[in-house]
Amino acid sequence: MLKSLRKILSVGLISQAPPAPDERLRTGQALDARIAAVLGRTLCIRHVDAGSCNGCELEIQALGNPYYNLEGCNVRFVASPRHADLLLVSGPVAKNMAEPLRRVYAATPDPKRVVALGDCGCTGGLLGQCPAALGSVANVIPVHVAVPGCPPSPLRILQGILTAIER
Amino acid sequence: MPLTGWWPRAQPVAGAPGVRRLAVGPQEWTQVAEAVAAGGGVLHALWVNGTPAEGAQVYAVYLCAPGALAVELTLAAGDARPYPGLQGRFPAASRLQRAAFELTGVRSSDADRRAWLVHADPYPFTRVDGEGVHEIAVGPVHAGTIEPGHFRFSVVGEKVLRLEAHLGYVHRGLERRFTALPILAGHRLAARVSGDSAVAFSWAYCQALEGLAGATIPPRAAWLRAVCLELERLANHLGDLGALGNDAGFAFGLTQFSRLKEDVLRATAAAFGQRYLFDVLVPGGLSVDLAGDGARALADAIRGACAESAELRTIYDEHEGVRARFSGTGRLGPALAAQLGVLGLVGRASGQGRDARLDLPCLPYTELPVAKVVLHDGDVAARVAVRFEEVQECGRLLRQLLSKVPDGPCTAVLEEPADGAFGIGLIEGWRGPVLVALQAGPAGTVRFCHPHDPSWQNWPALEYAILGNIVPDFPLINKSFNLSYSGVDL
Repeated sequence: MLKSLRKILSVGLISQAPPAPDERLRTGQALDARIAAVLGRTLCIRHVDAGSCNGCELEIQALGNPYYNLEGCNVRFVASPRHADLLLVSGPVAKNMAEPLRRVYAATPDPKRVVALGDCGCTGGLLGQCPAALGSVANVIPVHVAVPGCPPSPLRILQGILTAIER
Repeated sequence: MPLTGWWPRAQPVAGAPGVRRLAVGPQEWTQVAEAVAAGGGVLHALWVNGTPAEGAQVYAVYLCAPGALAVELTLAAGDARPYPGLQGRFPAASRLQRAAFELTGVRSSDADRRAWLVHADPYPFTRVDGEGVHEIAVGPVHAGTIEPGHFRFSVVGEKVLRLEAHLGYVHRGLERRFTALPILAGHRLAARVSGDSAVAFSWAYCQALEGLAGATIPPRAAWLRAVCLELERLANHLGDLGALGNDAGFAFGLTQFSRLKEDVLRATAAAFGQRYLFDVLVPGGLSVDLAGDGARALADAIRGACAESAELRTIYDEHEGVRARFSGTGRLGPALAAQLGVLGLVGRASGQGRDARLDLPCLPYTELPVAKVVLHDGDVAARVAVRFEEVQECGRLLRQLLSKVPDGPCTAVLEEPADGAFGIGLIEGWRGPVLVALQAGPAGTVRFCHPHDPSWQNWPALEYAILGNIVPDFPLINKSFNLSYSGVDL
């Protein structure tokens, strides 16, 4: 216990400031002011891997490390789409994941936002042209913000999330 | 005939050192499998190239005492008879054979013919009957930030009587996608077979390609590739150690180890311009050379990560709650691990001492022997301990590699390979041995490519490790295996 506390004290605070939203990432409509008022300052995210190589997942996980201070931005990941305000979807959509993805979207309460992640999620990318893939996320469910990159960095992902909830 | 009788008949294959190829008929196919099993060898990969109408080759690669043996069975065009299945001797063959059938239409003689990659009908899980037995269905979309797959538990109370996984949700058709790319661009797709093993897969692809093109890479490129491979191992092990602490209810572990992993990733980006080293390994060498600043950033991050990992290990070891959750949980004993042919770090935690860096070493591992870490308890604690030990070994290797990287160019020019040339790449990634089989087509195209992740062997073992444990320990046990979905869904 003492060793853990000493470790926490010796590392200190290392969190960085969050990035500013980037309007260039927006592909769909901005958030209505009334909806923004409902969401308030907190945001719950459900992640769905629809066919990624797991590179995007590594960077989503990295977003949870102390450098990025995700919860300091009032953002947290939740275990069910029924608790989520926003879906973060990676990968080209594999045929076998199209129906699960539609169901997750349907299970997410309105008003909901969708952020497509990575080159594959945004345009289909290298994997989207595979014979058993359906290309970009927008081919299957509506997308509001698209964050390209292979994989996009944690800061870029956070920027996409913050853009999605900007009015 | 024992394996020593077959081995001299086999011909060396281009690519990874120590791999040989043996063409056999249907009877010999079974005899070789028997000889490998009798000699303590394991099935590493199995794939089919071709179709029943055009004719096909079925390949099985075994890891055995003399090296890696790629056995090739040719089926004539129009011959729709099934080839002899290997499931009886090598349980991991079942899903490999079913997947190969769905990709090519070539069927094995084994009885289990349930669809694997193609999800058309509800999957017929094996049911467990009895008083009070009920099923828990989990997935494909999981509660955490992980890949999709379905797990079906049969439980009494909290105790797991049976677990059956059904994967294939992220099947995209990677094998066919390879054939649409120029052979000199396939390394980019190889790196994305399983993104967490980008270096291992792209190295295996390049090794196969350079072998079949008759090219030798400059020594500097080989040493820098090993730097990349060990950085990938270090980053993944640090991430897993944090996640394992978290799954045992010790969030402090996740915070600390995820910080160390980020330090290594940032240093990697400073050195090679890429956090996960995607597209850094290219046919002929590396796309980026390592400069002095980058090497210093790496050395600092590695020193910090190893020192702090050792310090955090004492905290894990002394934490009563963490120790109680880790020890005895999800045990996979050495005998069962041998029977299932478990590979990689999960195998090394269950007494299976295979490591391709030592068993089939390529440059620079021929000059830099790895200290193999083998434990025998086979529980979560053992898989954690293997990671802790390998973090230190990674640190030692990286320090050696960085201090001895030879000067010179880091790329070589590759000639266009001859149509039909065949090669196999085999690299020990952080999870275990990764294999890429590659055949060149005319004018710089790919005729065939098969990437193989060791998770094929280890997913079935997870279903045994959970038996008798309680449902809430599944996330912990699953994390201690940390297997790839993308890598096996293809």
